Amino acid sequence: MKVDRRSFLAFIIGGAAGTALTPLPWKLTDDFAIWSQNWPWTPVPEKGATSDVTSACTLCPGGCGISVKKAAERVIKIAGLQGHPVNDGGLCILGAAGAQLLYSPTRIQAPAKKVNGRWQKISWEEAIKELAVKLKELRAKGSAHTVACVAGSDRGTVPELLNRFLTVYGSPNFFRTPSIWDSYELALYLTQGTRSLVGFDIENADFVLSFGSGLIEGWGSPGYMLRAKAMLRENGGRMDQVEARLSKTAAKSDHWIAINPGTEGALAFGLAHVIIKDKLYNQNFVDGYATGLSARYQRIIGGFPPEIVSKMTGISSGTIVALAKDFAHARKPLAICGQGQGHLPGSLLEFLAVHTLNALVGNINRPGGVWAVPEPDYIDWPDLEMDGVASEGMQQPRLDGAGSYRYPNARYLLHRLPQVINASAESPVQVLFVAGANPGYSLPDTESVKKAFEKIPFVVSFSSYMDETTELADMVLPNHVFLERYEDIPAAAGFPKPIIGLTQPAIEPLYNTQHTGDVVIQLAKALGHTIGAAFPWEDYVTCLEETLGDKWDTLVEEGYWVDAGFSGTDWAKAFETDSAKFEFSNNEINMLAGYSPLKLEGDEILYPLTLVPYDTMRLASGFMGSPPFLIKALEDTILQGNEVLVELNPETAKQLGLAQGRAVNLTTLKGSARVKVHLSNGIMPGLVALPRGLGHTAYDRFLAGRGVNYNRLSSAIEDPASGHNAAWGMRAKLSKA
Amino acid sequence: MSTDEKANEVSAEAADPQAITPSSKTAGSDSDTENGAGIPIVLFFVLGLIASLILGWVIFPQVLYSQKRQPVDFNHVLHEEEVDDSCDSCHFFREDGTFSGVPKLTQCIDCHEEVNGEDPEEEKFVNEYVVKGREVPWLIYSRQPQSVFFSHAAHVKMGQMECVTCHGHIGESESLKVYEENRISGYSRDIWGRNMAGFKRNSWDRMKMDDCAECHVRENVNQNSVQTLKGGCFVCHK
Repeated sequence: MKVDRRSFLAFIIGGAAGTALTPLPWKLTDDFAIWSQNWPWTPVPEKGATSDVTSACTLCPGGCGISVKKAAERVIKIAGLQGHPVNDGGLCILGAAGAQLLYSPTRIQAPAKKVNGRWQKISWEEAIKELAVKLKELRAKGSAHTVACVAGSDRGTVPELLNRFLTVYGSPNFFRTPSIWDSYELALYLTQGTRSLVGFDIENADFVLSFGSGLIEGWGSPGYMLRAKAMLRENGGRMDQVEARLSKTAAKSDHWIAINPGTEGALAFGLAHVIIKDKLYNQNFVDGYATGLSARYQRIIGGFPPEIVSKMTGISSGTIVALAKDFAHARKPLAICGQGQGHLPGSLLEFLAVHTLNALVGNINRPGGVWAVPEPDYIDWPDLEMDGVASEGMQQPRLDGAGSYRYPNARYLLHRLPQVINASAESPVQVLFVAGANPGYSLPDTESVKKAFEKIPFVVSFSSYMDETTELADMVLPNHVFLERYEDIPAAAGFPKPIIGLTQPAIEPLYNTQHTGDVVIQLAKALGHTIGAAFPWEDYVTCLEETLGDKWDTLVEEGYWVDAGFSGTDWAKAFETDSAKFEFSNNEINMLAGYSPLKLEGDEILYPLTLVPYDTMRLASGFMGSPPFLIKALEDTILQGNEVLVELNPETAKQLGLAQGRAVNLTTLKGSARVKVHLSNGIMPGLVALPRGLGHTAYDRFLAGRGVNYNRLSSAIEDPASGHNAAWGMRAKLSKA
Repeated sequence: MSTDEKANEVSAEAADPQAITPSSKTAGSDSDTENGAGIPIVLFFVLGLIASLILGWVIFPQVLYSQKRQPVDFNHVLHEEEVDDSCDSCHFFREDGTFSGVPKLTQCIDCHEEVNGEDPEEEKFVNEYVVKGREVPWLIYSRQPQSVFFSHAAHVKMGQMECVTCHGHIGESESLKVYEENRISGYSRDIWGRNMAGFKRNSWDRMKMDDCAECHVRENVNQNSVQTLKGGCFVCHK
């Protein structure tokens, strides 16, 4: 019997017929259908009991309360905490996307050190030992002051632990990242004599005059400001926005007053001029509780009559006078300032001018006004025992010159640090700690920051992510992410009451990370002597619990502690100046350089345009990189693919021969970048507006390489009055790419 | 020589190109059928048929499913005697209305913090999981694909259905049966049912979409999704 073609075919046909009579084809079809609908690699939410953890967000200084929802041991949602005094259930997009930061693939999973340019994992014991040896050597050489620390804040237990470590070790070089609060706190200090936080009772005001502040775009505490602005509107309050660009805040305001950028201070002085001239000010306050107004008028305000201000600002004299009258006649007017989200300290004179407006209408420490909120005082640790090296080190001048003869008023001038390092033959900083900050991205002129960091022999990053600064570091000691750790939030930016929040762990740490507070305590113990003795706590949580004392239980249960009854100190007791009054003018204020709009860097002929940054809620532009949700939510007038769009007035575009969507090179003195043109009537002719928060070189593929970092193209310009960076823009040019 | 062999011989001759001239090829082919040479063809057809039937009914199910043992054997009868609240004692509804499903270690620890009896399975459970704080990776016979939305509350609380209607008599078992995992989809054989042809005698024999639909139509339940208010597919596929 031979098998031929025909019999083979018969076998196949028989087989086919038989197969059709078996479940095989139908079952396989079904199984493949199920398989293809449930790709095994598609992540699915964990099943399990759901629970909520009351905590606080640390992603910006906003101090919002959050409720973290978990299914079993996985965080699945973050919502605003209902009833929280700051945000009452509201939350910004970054806070809501916090779970993506927890599960981010760019998290650093274990401590590591750089060996020949490559990261090598090490154990925590090794890391702390190596660091302790290095610090001991420096101390022995008498170079304790060459250790520096950059932190996101100078309040709260973690920054205070770092600062305490530096002090008892012997270095005055603790830095806080710059922001508008530098200028605000200084303005309050100079006029009211108190070192306090600044709060704004926006919800009870009836006229908010904002000098470029992105009230609904992340200025202050976004959670509070969004809610307060809604209440202001509900109460029939008015909102005017003074800004060169039609921002979302401007669009939501009653009046958008387009101003030549950088002349906001002149407008504030102009308004004060009208109010004083027409005697529209609050006589009770000015006569009874304030001093120095006439001196201030003679010295500076008198030089800003409406006609001159009109020329500087581009706003008509009529508008200026009307605005001043409306402001003075409002029952609870409130003037605020600080550009966008407030990443830039700005001009001190501008802040003083705006604060003067509030004082003129007597709306200080009053409902609907600006409040001096006492600094948190719960951190009351035992006095330090300083040994000889520590005392000697603390006698050394600060590297940035803050507090020196040249910058008597500034406390921290971080933007000067890279300049100082780059100007020295050998880096004056031998070891640098970076915690809760990403100066490699957020400081102006990032190239020079990079150069300076490369010059520092040993940079230690406490970041949870491989961000720009950590890429430049020599050792990384990764912190837990905020959903895995305890930490106190000592205040909420711009919130008018003293409030403490408590971040509590929602889950156990996912990786081999350690709390920065614990690392500092362990490092101090490894160094021993007076340094170890300054940290008597077993671990960070013990320290935190002891520090918060009787507030601890409330904080654990409620997630916050608030002095709800605080309603601003009475005028009679509020001012700690020599005169015990509000001082429009005093020796310190008179010593400050006069006001003149800042001249931006770059030649006006070579760089005919002005580059200005702007902020959007949909981009994190602080120390934290945006998680993927934010990039997804970005409108295509900001980002198309990997290319960022710059806003350009159609008139300017026409002169340059540029059309919508045209790719161009944006060039400043500091560098060049490829961008696309977006025509908008909401931007003043001659300006080019670029969003902050893009152009990361580190982080994940969702964020890295998208758009352009404004800081890379900009440089700092010192405010003659304070020394802080006041550069609100940069001269630029556009050329066809 | 049997008829078959004869037929084969003829067939072999006919198939040999050397044995026939080109001119006779067509005629020869025709005469094959006439001569009864179709029998071997039928035979191959039948062989193919039988082979495929064996493949489809016997070999395929064995290849399709891998046999897995549960990490720990569990005696439902024994536990049923010890608890007060029948199935609900361990498989309960949480306060928020969600169903707990297979118990987690925290529930088991209430009684099994230490080895209570002499059963080696209990000893394994305590030493491997309780002491080490690891959840038992139970294999779940009734797990539906991720694309299916299923609410126990809707069926048990609202529909007043008994556990046994879908899960069968697992609560009366003394040991856990072998878990047969579909190598393609990754789900249990209990979804398609043990019977490869899809026949079922009991309501719990299969848990495919048709089985859900059958009951939903018969009981005339809400034909719209409670969550989305959409009908049809959206009742179970959100």
